[in-house]
Order: sequence, then structure tokens, then C-alpha cells
Amino acid sequence: MDFSLNEDHLALADAVRRFCDGEYPAQHRGNTESEQEAFRRVAGMADMGLLGLPFEAAYGGSELGPVEIMLVAREFGRCLGGGHFLSGTVMAGQLLARLGSNAHKENWLPALTQGSLQMALAAYEEGARYEWQRVRTRATPVAGGYALSGRKSLVLHGDTAGLFLVVARTAGELGDRHGLTVFAVDAGTPDLHVHGFDTLDGRRAANLVLDGVVVDAGRVLGPLDQAADAVESALDAGAAALCAEVVGALEALMEHTVDHLRTRKQFGVPLAKFQVLQHRVADMAIAIELLKSMDCAAAMALAGEDAGVRRRVVSAAKVLASQQGRHQGMAAIQMHGAMGMTDECRVGHYAKRLMVIGQLLGDATYHLRRFDAQQQN
Amino acid sequence: MRMEFSAADEAFRLEVRAFVRSHLPADIKRKVELGLRLEHEDYVTWFRILEARGWITPGWPVEHGGPGWTHVQRYIFDEETLLGGAPRIIASGIQMLGPVLIAFGTEEQKRRYLPDIRHSNTWWAQGFSEPGAGSDLAAVRTSAVLEPDGKHFIVNGHKVWTSYAQWCPMMFALVRTDPTAKPQEGISFLLIDMNAPGVEVRPIRMLEGGADLNEVYLDNVRVPVENLVGELNKGWSYGKYLLGHERTGIAGIGSCKQQLARARQIAQQLGLDGDPLLRARLAQFEIELMALEFTALRLLSANQASRMPAVEASMLKVRGTELRQAIYMTLVDIAGPDAVPFSLQALELEHLDEGVVAEELVALAANCLDSRKITIYGGTSEVQRNLIARAAMDA
Repeated sequence: MDFSLNEDHLALADAVRRFCDGEYPAQHRGNTESEQEAFRRVAGMADMGLLGLPFEAAYGGSELGPVEIMLVAREFGRCLGGGHFLSGTVMAGQLLARLGSNAHKENWLPALTQGSLQMALAAYEEGARYEWQRVRTRATPVAGGYALSGRKSLVLHGDTAGLFLVVARTAGELGDRHGLTVFAVDAGTPDLHVHGFDTLDGRRAANLVLDGVVVDAGRVLGPLDQAADAVESALDAGAAALCAEVVGALEALMEHTVDHLRTRKQFGVPLAKFQVLQHRVADMAIAIELLKSMDCAAAMALAGEDAGVRRRVVSAAKVLASQQGRHQGMAAIQMHGAMGMTDECRVGHYAKRLMVIGQLLGDATYHLRRFDAQQQN
Repeated sequence: MRMEFSAADEAFRLEVRAFVRSHLPADIKRKVELGLRLEHEDYVTWFRILEARGWITPGWPVEHGGPGWTHVQRYIFDEETLLGGAPRIIASGIQMLGPVLIAFGTEEQKRRYLPDIRHSNTWWAQGFSEPGAGSDLAAVRTSAVLEPDGKHFIVNGHKVWTSYAQWCPMMFALVRTDPTAKPQEGISFLLIDMNAPGVEVRPIRMLEGGADLNEVYLDNVRVPVENLVGELNKGWSYGKYLLGHERTGIAGIGSCKQQLARARQIAQQLGLDGDPLLRARLAQFEIELMALEFTALRLLSANQASRMPAVEASMLKVRGTELRQAIYMTLVDIAGPDAVPFSLQALELEHLDEGVVAEELVALAANCLDSRKITIYGGTSEVQRNLIARAAMDA
């Protein structure tokens, strides 16, 4: 049992924090990023090696693991940034790295790592909520390949992605784990329609319509019908990164809130003198410590071999991160009073991101149920 | 980072588990598991079994009979003994006074008191709280005045919430020796013979029916000057040292696990384990407990060499005690209407069959009520939150 961070970990976290402080000025955090900003930030992340963090050196990666991803995601949570680090590197990239052939990896991982290609995981479908195995999108064999038909929803950063990893059904019934296959589909492929939209936290996502999209057989990642474990792992890696973002966001909220309580005066004294507010701050501090521990545990579980442990620990972490992130976000608004509800004040931007995180990749209820199902086994 | 315990720690866990299984007397185990009343002799019996194994004073230095465990081993020991149905080491002499005497006592005091504490020959009462000094401990007013010949203090005052004073021939107490100094600076740490003339112990009947807390009246009690621990008027710092000493077990994680296991077991017996709402509550507790446990282990491993900082200990205490209370309340919910019948008599093992409900339900409501104390003693949750907030705001 060892939760300690080594020097390399600390140096990485420190470097990412400096990058974020430069790229995401405090008073603009949470604002929608312009194309120029996005371009510059992606280039910066690529320069630092963040976009290739978990990949093999042969593909330009840094060969680092879930603990490092946690540390980077925490810093991105702190500055409300990170672009497609989560959707591209953590989820789609790691899925590709796990399932893809050497040729697939050579083809796409260096580009992802260098920031020239954005990648997105298209897993969930309309009406399936968080049941990622409820896949209706079908891939039917055609001459030389497959035709994909169906709809994919809430593909994070989908409208800027150049490559989609689409989970489609090649066998089995709706809801079966068996029969799922991952296809690599270029954004420009005919009959693929990408409908981008804004999200609550000022970011972008897309719904995909695949209307008989024909892909070459060489676009199948890994063995047919057997992608479920890999997809679930990728989603768990994403969920753990979101949990790490929550800690960073709460640390930032804590700083904002403490600063406000110490400077804002009412009834002739700083708000910090009121015990009822002190106790809210104490609860926020406790939440941060608990979530930090769960993030570390989730990272270690992702690095481990046991899928049961991974499911259990990641779901536990996501339950608490969803609940506490949202709760503390709203508490921070309350402590800021009406100012906290303005668009100018950054607190609301954090609260919105925390609310979105709560709803992404399985909400608290979904993960509570998943945790309990592991318990039964 | 590594989530598994080391092989040595796992081996230690199995060793403790096997020891508890083979050495804990069945009737004591049954009392603990059913939440029944434990008698003085139950505790003494178990503590002497631990003593014989060299495990009774985990917090003491090796040269004074401590086992030399790491924080993690102590953590494992707490957890395994509790999950095995053993009584907690509640003796104030072992948990509190021992470390103070070792750090600040004279050689004569150590020689005279430590062996009897370790062998459970002498139980010590903790004379800290007073009617006017609860969370605000520095407000103690019990006075100790040195006689002109310099050989005795004359002690007058009133202590309250003194746990198990009825079993204690001795008491360590905070007393005011300089009424003119600032509150924290005029306090001394004194050892008082409970059989001395002028000492009177009166039990306090509590809401769940127990009477293990007492009032202690001190009326012109003569205390020899050699019973002063450390320096005159430095008692406050010894008291703080003492309260800060027990950090490992402060979250009560073993107790949480014990009660959660009890909840699952009773729910299953009553056929409630398929109820989705109850399952959700228990799963949520399980998750909160996991977060607490990982946090305790993370903080313990970060402070391996030294004592855990007060703020972090406060966080663990707040979270652990509030979680445990919530689990107890859920136990009452699981009992449903069977939480209503109450028999003080049936809380004793010999009279268990006098309860009108199944034996595993007899003590549930009383245990739940008794658990209100955990967010009150050792610094209330409110005082802990004050400390946590101060640290967060001054940082």
C-alpha cells in the first residue's frame, strides 16, 4: 500500500501547471476557446508530450501510465482546459493502442501524439444512456469491407475529430457484450454525418449519423466481435480521468472561495468569520482529500490486471466525484452569493464543468449500480 | 504507487486474524457482535490475552513494551481485531496516559505505573472535562493548591463524562494550578488516587440505558506532589500530546466495516438484501468507506516517520464518525418495527432471551443512540471543522 508520488510525478504535474497557467489565464477559464487558442494549445500539449503520454515510444509516446494521466487531468481540471486530451488520448488513443495492429498504430498514433490528428471515441447511442454495450449501430459485411449504419451520440470533441473509433455490432443481440467491434472511420467518409453542438460547459460534442458508411476491412481494430473488454477499459480510463479533473477543479474552487470569504465583508466583518461558512469550507477540504485518494486508487486499479477490481474502484471513484463535484460546485456558488451566478465570475464555470462531468461516462446512479453488481459477484 | 498491502503486511493480517480466532473467548465475541454490554472482566480478560502476546500497547515505544509496528500494521491490527469481534482497546491508561508518562513522566512514575497499566491491573480514568469545560477544555477550573510544606496538592473541583470511572482506582486529570495565568498556561497534569478521602464517583444514566460515564467530585483531596507529571503549569501541552497521540484509529474504519458487515448480515437474515433502495444505501456506504480507508492509508503512508498532522486527523475523525453514525441509523431502519421494543436487561448476555425481538436486533437501537457520542467526544465535529477551516483559510 503506497500512495506516494515520486519526483518525476511531481515534476510532470509542475510542468503541466506552468503550461496551464500560461495558456489558460485565470480570468478566462471556462470560456469557449477560439480556433487560434485551440490550435496553439494543442501544439503546446503535443510539444510537452501530453497527447502521447501513454503510448509506446515507437509511436512518439512517453510510455507513462494511469498515475501520470491522473496528474495531467487534475491540472486540466484546475484550469478548465485540456481540449481533446480526454476524448483523444485517454479514451480513443488508448483504445487504438490496445486493439490496433502495428500498421494502425503507425498510421495514427504519431499524428495524435503530434497534434495533427484529433481522434474521438464514438461509443454511446441514443436512448441507451450509459449502457455502452447497448449498440444498435450495425456493421454488415460488403465486398472488401463493412457498411456501418446507425447513430452515435455525445461524441466528445466530435466535430473537430479527424478519426472516429466507432463501436458497432457485428454479431449478437442488443445489449450483448459479445459481438461488438471497433472500426476506424475517417471524418470525411461519405455517408457519415457529423452534427456538432455546444455543451453546457462551453465545449463541443457531436452526434454521428452513419448511413451505410462503407469502410475497408483494414479498418477493423482488433478481432471481430470481441471489443467489449477494450471499450469498457477505455471508458473506465476516461471516467478515472474525469475524476482527476474534479479534484483539480475543486482545488481551484477552494482557492476562489477562500479568497472571496477573506476579502468580502458583510455586517462589518469578512465572511470568513462566519462559522457556518467555515464549516462549508471544511467540508470542501474533506471532499478534496477523499477524492484524491480515490483518484489514486482508480489509477492503480487501471494499471492492474484485475477487471473486477478496476470496475469496482473506478465506479466507486466516479460515484463520489459525480456527487461531490456537483455538490461542492453548487456550494461554491452559494458562498459567493449572487456574484457566483454571473458569467464573469469563474466559479460558475467550474460548477458547470463539474455538473457536466457528473453526467459523462456514467452518472452517480449508473456507477452505484455497477459497483453494487460487482459486489454481488 | 501500489494498491496492495505488502506481503509482510498481508502475513501480519493473517497472523492477527488467526490469533483473534483462536484466542478470543466465545462469549466476549458474541457480546461484541450483538452489541451487548461488556463487563470490566470481559475487557480485562481480552486485554491480558493481548498482553501475553505483546500486542496490548501498539502505541508505546519498543523499550516500554510496544510491538514496534508501523502505522500500517497498527491499522491492520485495529481492523482485524474489530472485524474478528474483539473489544476495542478502550483503556485510557493504555491509549492515553502511557504515552504521556513515557514522554514526560519521572523514572519513578514509569516504574510504578506502566507495568500495571500494561497488565490491566490498574485502569485509569481520564479527568479532563468539567461542567464548564467541554470542547473548551482550557476552561478547566478544578483547582490544585500546593500546601505550604510543598508535599501535597489540595484538589477541589468537579469532573464529568469520566468514562469507566467506576472501574478505575486512579485518575489522570488536568487541574488549575495558577488561576492568574492565561487559561492554557495555568494547568497541570496530576495523578489522583480515586480511593483517597474526598473523591466521590457518581454514575450518569445515559439515554441508551448505559451508565459508564460518571461525575467525579473532588473535595479537598490530598495528592502527593510526586504525582505531578512533568512541570508545574505545563499540563496543557501534555494534554494536547495525549489527545494527539491516537491518530491511527481516529477514523474508526474497523468499526465502520464491522457495522456495515452487521448491516449486510441482518439485512440478509431478514430477506431485505434484494431491496434495491437498501442495496443502494449500503453500496453508497461501501464507497464512502473505501474513500475513507484509502485516505487514511494515504495520509498514514505520507507521514510514516512522524505523527499525522492535526488537520488531517480531524478530517478523518469527522468523516469516519459521521459515516459510522449513518450506518448505525441504517441498522435501525433495517430492524424496522423491531427497533422499538427495548429491554435494558436483555442487553446483558445472560438475559438476552428476555428481549422480545430476535437476538441480533436487541441492541441495535441502543447501539445507534450510543454512537451519538462519537461526534461529541475527542473534539466535536464542529470543533474539528473549525480546525480544518482555519487551516484551509490560512494556507
